[in-house]
Amino acid sequence: MEVIVHRAGMLTTVQDLGRSGHRAAGVPLAGAMDPFALRVANLLVGNPENAPALEFTLRGPELEFSADTIVALGGGDFGAGAPWQPIEVAAGMRLKFANAKTGCRGYLAIAGGFEIARVLGSASTYARAALGGHEGRALRDGDVLHAPGLDRHVVGRWHIDERILPSYSLRPTVRVVRGAQGGEFGEEFFAAAFSVSPKSDRMGMRLTGPALARTSTAELVSRTVVPGTIQVPPDGQPIVLMADAQTIGGYPQIAHVTCVDLPLVAQLRPGDTLRFREVPLAEAHELTIARERRLGMLHEGLSQKLR
Amino acid sequence: MTLTPLGDSAVVLALGAGMDELALPRVRAVAAALASDPIVGVVDIVPAFASVTVFYAPARIGSYAQLCAAVTDRAARAEAGVVAQPERRIEIPVCYDGEFGADLGDVAARNGLTFARVIELHTSAEYRVQAVGFAPGFAYLGGLPEKIHTPRRATPRTGVPAGTVGIGGAQTGVYPLATPGGWNLIGRTPLKMFDATRAEPALLRFGDRVTFRAIGAGEFAAWK
Repeated sequence: MEVIVHRAGMLTTVQDLGRSGHRAAGVPLAGAMDPFALRVANLLVGNPENAPALEFTLRGPELEFSADTIVALGGGDFGAGAPWQPIEVAAGMRLKFANAKTGCRGYLAIAGGFEIARVLGSASTYARAALGGHEGRALRDGDVLHAPGLDRHVVGRWHIDERILPSYSLRPTVRVVRGAQGGEFGEEFFAAAFSVSPKSDRMGMRLTGPALARTSTAELVSRTVVPGTIQVPPDGQPIVLMADAQTIGGYPQIAHVTCVDLPLVAQLRPGDTLRFREVPLAEAHELTIARERRLGMLHEGLSQKLR
Repeated sequence: MTLTPLGDSAVVLALGAGMDELALPRVRAVAAALASDPIVGVVDIVPAFASVTVFYAPARIGSYAQLCAAVTDRAARAEAGVVAQPERRIEIPVCYDGEFGADLGDVAARNGLTFARVIELHTSAEYRVQAVGFAPGFAYLGGLPEKIHTPRRATPRTGVPAGTVGIGGAQTGVYPLATPGGWNLIGRTPLKMFDATRAEPALLRFGDRVTFRAIGAGEFAAWK
């Protein structure tokens, strides 16, 4: 079946969970900015959690489906249907996504996943190097995507337990673990609120707030970074590295956003504010393990809910 | 040998300080040992400068202490038996002519050298790949002769073509993709530094020995 992109929206890309295993060649992870939302959307239509799905940003697309199938929406609410549950679509139906009512990034998973060639093991779009996704780029008006057109149906009426969702908020407190240069900065990092700059993108969320001063003048060598790493350039305004971040960075690393809270950052819009709270590494690991257990239970529970 | 967490899904094993080139053979040996004896839950291994970063899935490693023990164990075994691993030597043809070497004049003038001497110095040195990162296929090369160290340009260019060879401070390297850039442009290679369709997409690997060879515009065109 085809999915016709009548309007592409502001920045709509094909994503999965990224291109792990190629960092030694300098290849960024890419993949969904909010991997949790993409995983749940995929599970809700009976897909493996890493299936290629669409990510849209601030203003969503208008899509037409050429055959009966099911889709699921996750992440921000773009007003085209209820998020976090499967939606049956009929041949010829259009879904019109508007501006995000909540959050910044929405996900649409389709039964069977979008048919996209894997590049270095992943369907995710890394537009900077024209890698993966649909022709290596964001979708444009008139593009046509393909999906297997699985005629799956939802059995009965049910809801997922929304307590498994991250606590999305316009003003979240984000849990971080200490970075290698964490001790070289004062307490303002944890005392202040930071606001999201409009210059943020898939590479990094640029924050504005009190200028963070580094007490050490020791020269730093470039080192590896991960999505979630918070770098502090000389102007003192922190940057949270995100999905498309480079694999090596040269700025001091004050802290790293925990895996479980990275979706909260991904869903912030320009002007939203956030605060940081430090947790021990062991607690960060426990949070991830607990989340994986809940996702595993969701996966199991859903197996009887679709046919 | 120290282990430092890099967030909650990676850990950095430092085998030396900063850009310590003496650590390079050990870094290669440890990265090879980690790759040949995989640890459950490890998703990526990245040698860079004097360290190896191990990326993991927190829910699949047993415990963090177990992961660290497994990493330390492999590192210790690798260190005990560091055998000189075969090294790759890669020659990169570079055309230093005309627009390709747009900033060759600045590099020459700033260092009180002739164009020919800059090219001679650049092609006479042997470089080591200290890391691949920053962009897909971008190699950080150590070993630029001090006589041609040149500060980055005050105003970065908005577009530098793929294959451009530049000098930024004490470093030289090749832009794998067309990007904005602040380095001084001294030449261009016809080789593809990164190509996702190749079995090994990046031309250069950590630890490679690299030399540059000057070619004329004719040879450059023939490569295409």
